[in-house]
Amino acid sequence: MNNTLVLPLIIPLLTAVILVFLQGRIHLQRWISGASGLANIAAAAYILYQVKTDGIQTLYMSGWAPPYGIVFVADMLAALLVLTTALIGTCCIVYSFRSIGEEREKHYYYPLLQFLLVGVMGSFLTGDIFNLFVCFEVMLISSYALIVHGGTKLQLRESLKYILINILSSALFVAAVAYLYGVTGALNMADLSVRVAEAGQGGILNVIAMLFMIVFALKAGLFLFFWLPGAYSAPPTAIRTIFAALLTKVGLYALLRTFTLIFYHDHSATHSWLGWMAGATMVLGAIGALAYKDVPRILNYNVVISVGFIVFGLVSANKDALDGAVFYLLHDMIGKALLFLLGGMIIAVAGTKKLSQMGGLIRSHPYLGWMFFVTVLAIAGIPPFSGFAGKLMIIRGGFAAENYLLATLSVASSLVVLYSLIRIFMAAFWGEESERAGGVMEERKSDYRFKLLCGAGLLVLVIAMGIGAEWVYGFVSEAGQTLIQPAIYIDAVLKE
Amino acid sequence: MKPNDVILKSVTQVAAVIILTFSIYLFMNGHHHPGGGFIGGLSMASAIVLLYLSFGIEKVRENIRVDFKKLAAIGVLIAIGTGMAGVVFGQPFLTQAFGYRDLPIFGTTELASALIFDTGVALAVIGTAVNIILSISEDR
Repeated sequence: MNNTLVLPLIIPLLTAVILVFLQGRIHLQRWISGASGLANIAAAAYILYQVKTDGIQTLYMSGWAPPYGIVFVADMLAALLVLTTALIGTCCIVYSFRSIGEEREKHYYYPLLQFLLVGVMGSFLTGDIFNLFVCFEVMLISSYALIVHGGTKLQLRESLKYILINILSSALFVAAVAYLYGVTGALNMADLSVRVAEAGQGGILNVIAMLFMIVFALKAGLFLFFWLPGAYSAPPTAIRTIFAALLTKVGLYALLRTFTLIFYHDHSATHSWLGWMAGATMVLGAIGALAYKDVPRILNYNVVISVGFIVFGLVSANKDALDGAVFYLLHDMIGKALLFLLGGMIIAVAGTKKLSQMGGLIRSHPYLGWMFFVTVLAIAGIPPFSGFAGKLMIIRGGFAAENYLLATLSVASSLVVLYSLIRIFMAAFWGEESERAGGVMEERKSDYRFKLLCGAGLLVLVIAMGIGAEWVYGFVSEAGQTLIQPAIYIDAVLKE
Repeated sequence: MKPNDVILKSVTQVAAVIILTFSIYLFMNGHHHPGGGFIGGLSMASAIVLLYLSFGIEKVRENIRVDFKKLAAIGVLIAIGTGMAGVVFGQPFLTQAFGYRDLPIFGTTELASALIFDTGVALAVIGTAVNIILSISEDR
């Protein structure tokens, strides 16, 4: 029993409820949500420390031992993701202070953001598949509200599609859980793993595994990502950032968890399909990233490519590849958050989304330019930065598992990522200064510096993760160990 | 021309009392019989909506001076509070306690802290349901 496990969930939940009472008082709302963000980072770091020193931590809700009650489990993977989420969440909250606008802040913006964090934290920590569904819904319903928040025409249109798709996939999720419960009679993930192993995965259990694959692929933007590029270009930068950094990653986490803990017996049936989907995701994402000439679309397709890449790590399913998938997942959450923040700032500075109308920003905004350049190198996986180690391990694992086609595709996709993002850099910062630039920002110099500082915070993390890769690997390797040996997880949950 | 709705208003005056009583009955019975916080809160919200329908929003707002958005938030706060109470006593989160007490009128009664959690659920349901109706009815 360890009640600290519930802190990452309770802190944002309590904050959200308190903020509802302070609707009109924007400054107080900012202070409280900032402070709760810091408290959340502290709690997450403490959990990570506990997991590192004492092994996997569990909390049996109301004292009911599994498989009868709901259990919260923090293994290394969950602890790392919770800490990353707390860092990104706090950064996005602080970024919103100067970017989101008073009209939105007055209408429950900060409470909604906190509820989103509740859902994400809960999804990472829970050890119960139906509780995972509930946390997904907490996250999704807040994201529905955030995507339409402000009510511009574009947001209304895109939110309609987004909500429809997610309601459909949630209904499928419930159906899949119902089938799984019908077959195994269990909902606790560790218990499910034991029962699936006893029954032997095959026949109906493979069908259920495929159903889960479809559900999580819809949520994570794996192959079934048709809703993503449109939906993620509608809301303002701060919201878009938190979506790109967290929402698809929760789907990825669910894929990683279910296909390493529960359905890992019949690779030819499930993992080969995942492999095809990952390959198709990388190819289609690359086509999208190359085809478009406006900033939000290019960034959105880059999210899609990285989803395919991480699932490739899951498909290879050896120690190297799973380590790489965890490392790259952590890097990608921070990196994409940084990329979207900077991308949003470029759009604000240039006054346009279109590459063809930008130009020459390096003279007026050198820091933004070079920060964006470093971010691009990190995302593409150039050695001193954080993207490199994860990519290397995934590709090495891929070659070891003899997935030559996918490994080649993923190397090629890195080139596409680099090209598509460098194109933004070249179009926006090099060349002649366009007449739109400059004037927009003159009166808001302090806002610009404030936002730049948020980006700098994340950039420091990206660089530190790259330089201290050896140190980070100590944690990641432990997470990978739990993924490759489900018995560790099961023993920790079902002990006694 | 204002329609004559004296029958509607008279029936509502009686029916609202019955519905409110029934909702409290449902709410209190949740532990051993069908009922509980959700259905109790929903039926109470339906009584309030009936009042809105027959007497008009302004009239009811003058008499029930409750901000339903905040009521929902208070409900969630109560639910979190009962969860945290377990933590304070060194038990896992959401631990519930119960015991038997001799009360003056009811005799020996089972008191469970789950009832407080249910109160939170009921308040959140009432707040949300009435708030949805009110938001839709405002034409802006």
